[in-house]
Amino acid sequence: MTASTGLVLVSHSAQLAAGAVEVAAQMAPDVLVRAAGGTGDGRIGTSYDLVEQAVTGLLDEGASAVVVLTDLGSATLTAESVLEALDDERVVLADAPFVEGAVAAAVAAQSGGDAAAVRAAALTAIAAFTPAVPATAAEGATATGTSDAAVAAPSDAAVTAPWGAQDGAVRRTMVLRNRLGLHARPAAMLARKAADFDAEILMNGVDASSVLAIMGLGLTGGAELTFEASGPQADKALEVIAADVEAGFGEE
Amino acid sequence: MADTLDIAWATDWVKACAAVVAEHRMELIDLDRAIGDGDHGENLDRGFKAVLVKLEAAEPATVGDVLKLVATTLMSTVGGAAGPLYGTAFLRAAKTADGATIDAAGVADLLAAGVEGIVARGKAEVGDKTMVDAWAPAVEAARAAAEAGKTATEALRAAATAARTGAETTDPLVARKGRASYLGERAIGHRDPGAESSAMLLEAAADVAEGGG
Repeated sequence: MTASTGLVLVSHSAQLAAGAVEVAAQMAPDVLVRAAGGTGDGRIGTSYDLVEQAVTGLLDEGASAVVVLTDLGSATLTAESVLEALDDERVVLADAPFVEGAVAAAVAAQSGGDAAAVRAAALTAIAAFTPAVPATAAEGATATGTSDAAVAAPSDAAVTAPWGAQDGAVRRTMVLRNRLGLHARPAAMLARKAADFDAEILMNGVDASSVLAIMGLGLTGGAELTFEASGPQADKALEVIAADVEAGFGEE
Repeated sequence: MADTLDIAWATDWVKACAAVVAEHRMELIDLDRAIGDGDHGENLDRGFKAVLVKLEAAEPATVGDVLKLVATTLMSTVGGAAGPLYGTAFLRAAKTADGATIDAAGVADLLAAGVEGIVARGKAEVGDKTMVDAWAPAVEAARAAAEAGKTATEALRAAATAARTGAETTDPLVARKGRASYLGERAIGHRDPGAESSAMLLEAAADVAEGGG
């Protein structure tokens, strides 16, 4: 499997960009992820040159496409300026939550997603917020024009699986052995495995190939995991995933 | 008073921009501290100082070349939202100015391309309390002057006057774009720093054209 879509994470802060790269890279070890944070001379802000160098650097390193994520304001404007100047269809912007979008995008890229798939994964990350946002707050944000993302937020269906449990599905119930729960690293491992098979896999009712959906369950050590899989490779997928669960995803 | 504008005007304008931004640096910082992140004056001052350095080393052949140099330098050195916004404005404006001189209609075209760049980048409309509130009326005034048979210099002065009035109209507004939009009604009573700096730059353009730069 190739992970040829790279990511550039653009933040006002060099440390924030570097930290987001660190988190994303942990979830997706084979994906090229680069930071473009701060002004280049140690100030808060964004640098056209840093963003351009990060993007063209990834393409030079062999990335087939580059998805750019930004934190806010001038980071987005700067990234858009770079994209306009490059005028390269391999480079796209994902206007998504910075950290959650980067994680979702990295996992999608790790699974071999092309630019469109990686960008789409980043955009669905906003759905992780919507249930927690009171309707009045969301309306307020829209009215002041600060949250285009809220308007474009996909429904919960983007995170919960669209197909639901089916007759003939393979079912398996297990106990989560990881003492620290299904945190970022094992969640990413599970999501990658689930995406690898020609099967549709639900875990506790959510899409097991969506790292954000899995993490959204907030499962702690000892929690019961109920898998339902359908499709040509359903049996094999659950066999492999069950082995990972048994092994505590390589922890402890 | 010249009927048309040439590369001498363009280079003098850029120098005047650097001077006016340096002179009013603290004023812009104070405006931005009130409703933004406080870096507008400092960022623009750094950007235009870098432009002066680049201009010394370059040998631009047209007004467009000068404006393009301003665009790329501001994008690379400003660091805040003003970088890509002004950068895109100067870049788009540059594309309208590849001839030797600019007449009144050319002034209107140049400013129109600039504001289109700002809108494309910032997605702001008139009334959002942004630099568009200064630029949009400036374009209209320049266009009206050109259609009335005025000179390029007169068109620029009309644009500058309209931009100044436009900047003042941002005072009572609630911001709908940028950092100030998080403040809601607390932004009322404060001028938008980007509209103010836009008015300053356009006034500098007219001053230089009139020979008083």
